[in-house]
Amino acid sequence: MLRARYLLLLVPFLAYLDPALYNHIEPRLFGFPFFYWYQLLMVPVTSLLIACVLFLGRARR
Amino acid sequence: MTLRDGIFTGLVVLVTLLGFVAARWGKANLRHLEEWALGGRRFGTIVSWFLIGGDIYTAYTFIAVPALVYGAGALGFYAVPYAAIGYPFGFVVLSRFWSLASERGYVTSADFVRDRFGSRPLEIAVALTGVLASLPYIALQLVGMKAVLMHLGGAFAISNGELALSVAFVLLAAYTFTSGLRAPAAIAFVKDALVYATVIAAIVIIPAKLGGWGHIFAAAGPKLLLAPKQQVAYATLALGSCLALFLYPHSITSILAAKSKEVVQRNMVLLPIYSIMLGFLALLGYCAIAAHIATKDTSSVIPTLLGDFFPDWLAGIAFAAIVIGALVPAAIMAIGSANLFASNIFSEYRHARGHVDAHLSKLLTLALCAFALCFVIFVPTAYAINLQLLGGIWMVQIVPAFVLGLYTRALHPAALLLGWLCAMAVATAMAVSTTLGGTGISPNITFTFWGHSVTAFIALYGLAVNLVIAIVASPLFWTLGRRTKPT
Repeated sequence: MLRARYLLLLVPFLAYLDPALYNHIEPRLFGFPFFYWYQLLMVPVTSLLIACVLFLGRARR
Repeated sequence: MTLRDGIFTGLVVLVTLLGFVAARWGKANLRHLEEWALGGRRFGTIVSWFLIGGDIYTAYTFIAVPALVYGAGALGFYAVPYAAIGYPFGFVVLSRFWSLASERGYVTSADFVRDRFGSRPLEIAVALTGVLASLPYIALQLVGMKAVLMHLGGAFAISNGELALSVAFVLLAAYTFTSGLRAPAAIAFVKDALVYATVIAAIVIIPAKLGGWGHIFAAAGPKLLLAPKQQVAYATLALGSCLALFLYPHSITSILAAKSKEVVQRNMVLLPIYSIMLGFLALLGYCAIAAHIATKDTSSVIPTLLGDFFPDWLAGIAFAAIVIGALVPAAIMAIGSANLFASNIFSEYRHARGHVDAHLSKLLTLALCAFALCFVIFVPTAYAINLQLLGGIWMVQIVPAFVLGLYTRALHPAALLLGWLCAMAVATAMAVSTTLGGTGISPNITFTFWGHSVTAFIALYGLAVNLVIAIVASPLFWTLGRRTKPT
């Protein structure tokens, strides 16, 4: 039942749920510490991953 | 009346009219529950996007998230990961729930639980959890409005803003009564346009006046990063809140109003746009530190910041955005909890759902609005905030019955009920015990496991208790009971 494309949905959980990954100041981007720009950037990435799952599901049908 | 107050009043009056006119949106008999409470399950991708977004990103969020970042620093930023991981979770769980709900005519999460498990006590448990979690949440929307009214001063602040608050809420109750879910759906367009305009203006104007983001972050000092002991708390707060996000009755209501499963799925792709906005909004907490705004009442941080940095007309728009941002979710929360009451707690209305009369739900909506208003006027704000935190902790405890129930029939309803009961008791006791040392409820509690002290979100400790009991007790109940386990 479990289709492989759904594994993509685990990526945001891995990316966010270990704060040790991103609890740093450097590297900065436009004055933003890494902690902030990384987490903000992961939001559209999450959105894209969900979109991929949606389109992969549609392509299969 | 100043330009600011004029624009503010004008916009609030405009959405009130919109709320009443919304009753004419699409031909429908608003006496039917599905028409009144779910807009006839007809909303497309765009309307749903505004409705769901208007629903989960509330005025209280706009006030509380920056206030938390202002007070606690990096820990307050958990709102961003929480809202982001809510969507992959919602993509899977909600599309399944939507399909079942449209097939079987569910209006609430407890409708599903009754249908799946055939257990009246479990249905009531799930419905009660939703209602109990929603009531303080509605009250907190009023706290958000109050912060703005007090900042506006003058006629708006008469007797602590309670006069203006009462007028706004009576009108809210009136148009929700007449138009149902169509009212917040129509208003959500205006709300979001105003909110986006405000946030974009804020992140352009305020950092420029404060000497750029580099300078703003520097002013925050060591609070910019999580202390080592805060890391587990940060991750568990994000995970626990993400589980609760779509279980709240108001989220379920706006999800079920979508016209198809594809609409729900597309929205899980599009809704994170709000989370980016929320992230920047959170950073306004640091702007307030850099701007040397000093206040003990953290809910006044954002109104003060916007009032100081925005020209008058823009401040009028911003304050209207916050107040309207309170009205939309408050209306949906009242509808969602009224549905739980009418469909799942009072048993007479349990059958023939599609053509059920909406009369009881409508009356209950009025009662809930009145209750929330009294709550804010007579109960100190600190209690409302504590109860809302507690509500979030409770909401997670329906995960085994509702979320796991969508995928498996292996769990016995009596075991689920026992798990829920123990988890509610344990989590509430933990939350209350955190008040012993200080003033308010802390959402986190520290335990020592094998010599390591771990500070984590109470909701997840509760969920662990809940799951263990449900899983261990299920085989016992299946063996003991006469009912045979379905395959």
